[in-house]
Amino acid sequence: MKALSLRQLCKTYNNGVQALKGIDLDVEEGDFFALLGPNGAGKSTAIGIVSSLVNKSSGTVTVFGHSIDTDLEAAKSCLGVVPQEINFNQFEKISTILLNQAGFYGIPRPVARERMEYWLNQLQLWEKRETISRSLSGGMKRRLMIARALIHEPQLLILDEPTAGVDIEVRRSMWEFLRRINEQGTTIILTTHYLEEAENLCRHIAIIDEGRIIENDRMSTVLRKLQTETFVLNLRGPLRRTLSLPGYRVTAPDETTLEVEVNKDQNLNEIFGALSAAGGEVVSMRNKANRLEELFMRLVEGRDVGSGQPTAPPAAQAGA
Amino acid sequence: MSAAPPSRTPGATPGSHAEVTLAANMRRARRVGFATIVIREFSRIMRIWGQTLVPPVITATLYFIIFGSLIGGRIGQMGGYTYLQYIAPGLIMMSVITNSYGNVVSSFFGAKFGRHIEELLVSPLPNWLIVLGYVAGGMLRGLLVGLIVTIIALFFTHLHVEHLFVVIAAVLLTSVVFALGGFVNAVFARNFDQITFVPTFILTPMTYLGGVFYSIQMLPEWAQAASKANPILYMVSAFRYGFLGQSDVDVGFSFAIMALSVAVLFTACVWLMNKGTGIRE
Repeated sequence: MKALSLRQLCKTYNNGVQALKGIDLDVEEGDFFALLGPNGAGKSTAIGIVSSLVNKSSGTVTVFGHSIDTDLEAAKSCLGVVPQEINFNQFEKISTILLNQAGFYGIPRPVARERMEYWLNQLQLWEKRETISRSLSGGMKRRLMIARALIHEPQLLILDEPTAGVDIEVRRSMWEFLRRINEQGTTIILTTHYLEEAENLCRHIAIIDEGRIIENDRMSTVLRKLQTETFVLNLRGPLRRTLSLPGYRVTAPDETTLEVEVNKDQNLNEIFGALSAAGGEVVSMRNKANRLEELFMRLVEGRDVGSGQPTAPPAAQAGA
Repeated sequence: MSAAPPSRTPGATPGSHAEVTLAANMRRARRVGFATIVIREFSRIMRIWGQTLVPPVITATLYFIIFGSLIGGRIGQMGGYTYLQYIAPGLIMMSVITNSYGNVVSSFFGAKFGRHIEELLVSPLPNWLIVLGYVAGGMLRGLLVGLIVTIIALFFTHLHVEHLFVVIAAVLLTSVVFALGGFVNAVFARNFDQITFVPTFILTPMTYLGGVFYSIQMLPEWAQAASKANPILYMVSAFRYGFLGQSDVDVGFSFAIMALSVAVLFTACVWLMNKGTGIRE
C-alpha cells in the first residue's frame, strides 16, 4: 500500500510564486524516504499541503488511500508531522503539550498518559515532563516535537529538518531512534540538509528543485549514477618525485594534500601505485564530499564538486 | 507500545459493523478533542487569572460604587427600580460581552502568533469543532466573569429575577455571539494592534450606547432609531427583561436577533477556517 501518493500537485502562492509545478510522488508503506532539495525548492510547501497547513492549487494527495479532498479526517489521523520551526506553546509544560495533542486526536486521557510516558522515555525527556517547554534546549525542543508527532502513533511520520541545529551526539541518537520506529513499521519521510543523514537512513530518495521532481529512485540506484568521486589523500611529507597520473584530475591544496577525482571506470590501485613511484606515503584518505552531496550538487546546480581548487604545485602533474 | 490509536481502524464498507465502529470511534474522538480544547482554554483562563478575572471585577466594582452608590442616588428611580438595580443587568452583560470576545480573540490570535494553532490544524478535528471549542472557552470566561460581577452586584443591591429562563438564555446567546465575533477578529488579525482595535473602537462604544446605563426611552426619537441599529441593545434589553420584567424593545425580536447573529457568525467562522483565511497559505 502507498503511504503517500501525490499526483500533479501544484501550488501557486498569492504573490504569483509557483512553488510546485505538477509533482508526482509515491512513498510505499514502511519506507524511509528522503525528500531533498535546495532552499525554496518546494519541499516545505509539499509537506505543508500534505499536513493541511497549505492549500494546494491543484492535484491530488492521498495518505494511506485517504484523499485529503474527500476523507481529510482519516488522512490526518494517519499522519504525524514534525515541522521545521518550533510550533508548540512555549508557555506550557511538556506533559500538557503532549496530553493536549493526544486529546486533539481523540485519545482518552489514561491512554494518553501511558503513551506520553513511553515516548518521553524513548526520547530521554521523561525527567523533564513538568518543565515549561520554553526553557528546553534546542535539541530537547526538537525531540519534544517528535514525541508530540508520535503520541497518536501515526502510520506516516513526516520530519522537516528534524536535526537542524542539534549537536552531533543528539543527531546520532535521533538517527537511531528514527531507525527503530521505522523498523517497527512507521513509514518515514525526511527532509534534511545533512545529506549524510539521508544517505545513512533512507532507502528511497526524491530530489525536488524549482517545484519539480528531478530524481526519484532507490538510494543505491541514485548513488550509482554518480560518475565521479573526489578523494582527499593526506601524505606523510611532500612528494619526492613528480607524480605521473595520466587520465586523473589531480589538485594539491598544499604540499601534503592531494585531491584526486576518480571516474567509475578508474580505480584506486593506479593512484596508490603512482604515488609510491613518486615517493609519496599516504597516511589517510577520505571522500572530499558525501557521495549524495556530490550528486545532489551536480543535479541541482550542475556544479562540479571536484573542480575549482587551487592549481597543483609543480610536484603534482595532472595527467593528460 | 501501547494500543493502536483510532486512526489504525481498518477501512469499512457502508453499513458494516466496521463502519459502525468507525463512526463510533470518530464520535468519541471528536468528544475527546472538543473537551481537550475546552479544558485547555479553561486552564489558560485560570493560569493568567490576573489578566482574565481580576480586571473586570475591579472595573465592575468601580461602576457599582460610582454610578450606583454615589451618582445613582441622585438620579432617582428608573421604571420603578433604583438606578443601581436598573444598571446591574447591563453591567453584568457588559462584562460577559467583553470577556467572551476578549478570551477568544486573544487565545486564538496568540495560537496563530505562536504557531501552535498548527497543532489543531494538522489534527483530524473538523474545523467546526475547533470553532466550537474556542467559542466554549470564550463562553466559559464570559459566564465566569458575569457570575463574579453578579455576586459583586449583590453586595450593593438586591437583584430581583422576574424570568430566570430569559436571563439564562440571553446571557448564553450573548456570550456565544461575542465569542464568535472574537473568533472572526482573531482570524483576520495580523498583529496585536488589530486585536485591540475592535474592542476599543467598536465594541466599547456600542456597549455604552446599547442601553447599559440608560433606557433609550430617554433619548430623542432619532437617537432611539439609531440605537435600534445596535445589536447590543437587544441583548442588554432581553437580559434586563429577565431581571426586571421591562425592556426597551420586543424580547422575542431580541432573541431572534441573537439567534440570527449566532447562525451567521458561526457559518462565517467555519467558512473562514475551511478557506484557511489568516491561518493557511
